Amino acid sequence: MHLGVSESMRECEYSQISTRSSTPMETPYKKKTPKKKKWESFPGRNKFYCDGRIMMAKQTGVFYLTLVLILVTCGLFFTFDCPFLALQLTPVIPVIGGVLFMFVMGTLLRTSFTDPGVLPRATPDEAADLERQIDVANGSTGYRPPPRTKEVVINGQTVKLKYCFTCKIFRPPRASHCSLCDNCVERFDHHCPWVGNCVGRRNYRFFYMFILSLSFLTIFIFAFVITHIILRSHQSGFLNALKDSPASVLEVVVCFFSVWSIVGLSGFHTYLISSNQTTNEDIKGSWSSKRGKDNYNPYSHGNIFTNCCAALCGPLPPSLIDRRGFIQSDAPQLAPPTNGITMYGATQSQQSHMCDQDQCIQSTKFVLQAAATPLLQQQSSEPVILTASPENGGTLPGRTSLTLGGPCTSLPLGQPTPPTSTPSLSCHEATDMLPIHAHSHNHSHPLQEPVAHHHFLTPEEVPSPPGMLPCGSPLGHSHTMQAGFYNPASQDSLHEDSVRGLVKLSSV
Amino acid sequence: MAETHSLQDMRQQAAVAAKVFIQRDYTNGTVCQFQTKFPSEMETRIDKQQFEETVRTLNNLYAEAEKLGSQSYIEGCLACLTAYTVFLCMETHYEKVLKKIAKYIQEQNDKIYAPRGLLLTDPIERGLRVIEVTIFEDRSLTR
Repeated sequence: MHLGVSESMRECEYSQISTRSSTPMETPYKKKTPKKKKWESFPGRNKFYCDGRIMMAKQTGVFYLTLVLILVTCGLFFTFDCPFLALQLTPVIPVIGGVLFMFVMGTLLRTSFTDPGVLPRATPDEAADLERQIDVANGSTGYRPPPRTKEVVINGQTVKLKYCFTCKIFRPPRASHCSLCDNCVERFDHHCPWVGNCVGRRNYRFFYMFILSLSFLTIFIFAFVITHIILRSHQSGFLNALKDSPASVLEVVVCFFSVWSIVGLSGFHTYLISSNQTTNEDIKGSWSSKRGKDNYNPYSHGNIFTNCCAALCGPLPPSLIDRRGFIQSDAPQLAPPTNGITMYGATQSQQSHMCDQDQCIQSTKFVLQAAATPLLQQQSSEPVILTASPENGGTLPGRTSLTLGGPCTSLPLGQPTPPTSTPSLSCHEATDMLPIHAHSHNHSHPLQEPVAHHHFLTPEEVPSPPGMLPCGSPLGHSHTMQAGFYNPASQDSLHEDSVRGLVKLSSV
Repeated sequence: MAETHSLQDMRQQAAVAAKVFIQRDYTNGTVCQFQTKFPSEMETRIDKQQFEETVRTLNNLYAEAEKLGSQSYIEGCLACLTAYTVFLCMETHYEKVLKKIAKYIQEQNDKIYAPRGLLLTDPIERGLRVIEVTIFEDRSLTR
């Protein structure tokens, strides 16, 4: 028996090291199934294109509207106004216009297609470990107090870190969970339907440069179209000028309405950058001196110049979600669902390069389990350890398998919120949280009715002066988080409304 | 190959006994730093100083990646001027440091942690949330 075990172990090891996909029980000769890439089973509500290189929010209708507006206006400008202006004034005008246009398009696409800084969800092991720590901190196994927060002192200011029930992590400071995309995003600014993506740590500078360059472009086109009409009026009268160049009228109208909103938005974001705040923080007044004499922004570098440089020219962190890596989904295909292995398989579905090591771990474990012992209990306890090792004492058995056994079955499919998540969690939040797992199917609108009346802004108004947009930007996210726990029911209404491309104002 | 041999040896004897997660330390803001507090589960396996040294080195490396200095500004401005196409040919400073970190972790695993039945997981594979330390049960000791 022992020999047989070590034989198969050895066989497994060599096959594990050489190939990356076979499971312990599969023979090395079995045909490999095509591997899926991680973006294909990404748990958030995002759309991916170009094999995971491009990442956008689910609702992109308004983004296409933005594209159309910009392309049509610029197209009309270059076709109808530029020839006249180039002849009458200088050919530099179309050149500058062209450069501005390219810059606007480049930054827009970059903002829309870039991962805003999505935080990957916790692996089941991590989630279990956190649960355990929270249990220890609470000191009780029954009733759990609703808000799970951790306080941390950052540069002298006390900041509360909230626990995200969807992603099962304590959110880093300045991170927020976007209800539309269903992801936690680092340094979350707001979800912008106009660019069809969240604006967060990794694409904030592109967003800022987009609105800044768009302001310049709008003013540029506005000014030169007016110039064009004036020059023509001198030649042939005002009404004739309008008749000769009807496109100019359309351009003037579009630019006139855009200028107020976009220039206003640029100004607002310039203020945010210089004080190193996010839209979220500004709306909530987190660092406002009105809250208290000693309230100050702990993230600010002290002076405007450094803040600006840091935001615009600082290092660009890489994407934390490995979109184009392959999922190591071998373990879940194993027939005998011993909790230990499926857990690791589930873990792996969220990793990139642990494959060899973990596969060997799995194979070893599996074989040892198969060979060894009735000590293993399937559902109740100790899924993590194969044998209760005396020297580890009591640390491990404390983990309930319910924590781990639940996620095992569903996680390999890439779903983030397994139906049988920690029972204590679902028990406590039963009334509100149970729908969390089915939140995408939930259609209740508890929060939205009173808020709904604020929403209906015309497209021109939406990227609006500071007073308006920032309220809408966090899209109820920070708002719902302030309730102290995650209200899943509000997500759906937000989700539905976003389909109509409206920006929601959250009553803060 | 040396790595696989030592890891294979480890796995031949051991099964995973526990996983310890070193959480992030946010006292300096959003910069990536990990707590240097020594977890009790590892007391029997490794020297506290050694482990803290590893974490401290990692923290320094991450700080270097996110440092705001003239190099990062130049890189940022150059990137902006070239409409970020420059990153098609070269990698960002951050990515270079991440590669350094990956090498450091592998080297630490080979030299220090694997012989003690421990395995460090590169934090980037956990979204820079935790340093995951896998503790292998050392069956040779239990005999």
